Amino acid sequence: MSSASTGTDEPWVVPDDRIGGPNDRRAAAKWRDARVVEVAHPSTDAVVLRLAVPERVQHHPGQHYVVRLRAPDGYTAQRSYSVASAPGDDLVELFVERIEDGEVSGYLADVVEPGDELEVRGPIGRWFVWSGGVPAVGIGGGSGVAPLVGMLRHAIDLGHPERLRLAVSATGRDRLPYADELEAVGARIALTRVPGGSRLDMAAVAALVDPGVTVYLCGSARFTGAMETLLVDAGQPAGTIRVERFGPTG
Amino acid sequence: MATTRGFLGRRRERDPRLPPGQYDVGAGWPVLTAEATPRMDADTWTVTVDGLVETPTTWTLRELRLLPPSVYAGDIHCVTTWSKLDTNFTGISFDTLLDAVGVKPEATFVVETSTTGYTTNLPLDDVRGGKAWLVWEHEGKPLTREHGGPVRMLVPHLYFWKSAKWISKITLLDHDEPGFWEVNGYHERGDPWREQRFDGD
Repeated sequence: MSSASTGTDEPWVVPDDRIGGPNDRRAAAKWRDARVVEVAHPSTDAVVLRLAVPERVQHHPGQHYVVRLRAPDGYTAQRSYSVASAPGDDLVELFVERIEDGEVSGYLADVVEPGDELEVRGPIGRWFVWSGGVPAVGIGGGSGVAPLVGMLRHAIDLGHPERLRLAVSATGRDRLPYADELEAVGARIALTRVPGGSRLDMAAVAALVDPGVTVYLCGSARFTGAMETLLVDAGQPAGTIRVERFGPTG
Repeated sequence: MATTRGFLGRRRERDPRLPPGQYDVGAGWPVLTAEATPRMDADTWTVTVDGLVETPTTWTLRELRLLPPSVYAGDIHCVTTWSKLDTNFTGISFDTLLDAVGVKPEATFVVETSTTGYTTNLPLDDVRGGKAWLVWEHEGKPLTREHGGPVRMLVPHLYFWKSAKWISKITLLDHDEPGFWEVNGYHERGDPWREQRFDGD
């Protein structure tokens, strides 16, 4: 939840004023009614929503939107979802993993149809953000690949897919969101629960290490914790690692 | 705002302890951190209170343990919409450290700093008068590294990003200095009961 160039001595200082000025941030914080234009179910446990957002504030790859559902009695439930589309896309694409018993993800996966309206606010976050202007590394686990796909699509739009080196992990190919696009750019793909499967082990992580770039790491707490340890052991400075952790939050 | 077609919501009996937009995470405790989890040694960890104080002071964990202990029992709320109800932490009241250093009258704000360089800012009134702790135990066990151990700040009446993990320094100031998330799009104060999540709420 900023820029790729952090200044390695002060990783928490965010010098990048390009990531939304105060006016953009105020506009992004406003709730608005987005129209659902496309709904796809790439697997039984996921839904991809493509939204037309009125008065849309341009996002930066890595940012997220909040979706709020409202029941007739006023009860609301809201969750954050990373943007998987490039800034240049006319629509905002959200990848939603269906969490078991998830109140929000279950609704989004099972009920939402094209033409529906959803209350959203965004884009939000200035830390887990890549401008596309400098090389970077992305490591994602499961649905944690979604913001990295947004970054990848942006890099392709810029004509520089090589700027983003990717390594991703999922239990199987059908559990890896956007597997086709990740394969097409030669991402390192580890499938952990298939015959002859592999993991992102020390060798795989060491091949990505570059102290001069920012590493964007996204996935579950367990996955990101394991990857951080490998990255730091392999020589990636801790201050260059930006982490977006998901827990099961329904 | 219009209702969402076909959405009824599940939780009809809403727990009054839950602020608006929050849900009960139950026995779990999600880990949310934006940076790599540091490796720290409880024997060499220290915390410093400095800035607009009479006597800037640094404590080791062993020294903190000699001060009068204090327990927080209650709820915590994360801006990502989970709340953890009826939990408890053991440590010391931050008032104990403020009393030890002597607050200068012009101090009005604090900045918490972690060993990672993470910062978060608060009005001084949000960390004194029984509202803030430094804690090293959660539900009777040592605070784990991923939850900010050996010692973290605890400011449970605000969203949890105001409770810096791996606390290393608390600096008293006569002006506000936005911290990490506050610069990065989150609210200056973060009161869950007013749903102050993002910049502009």
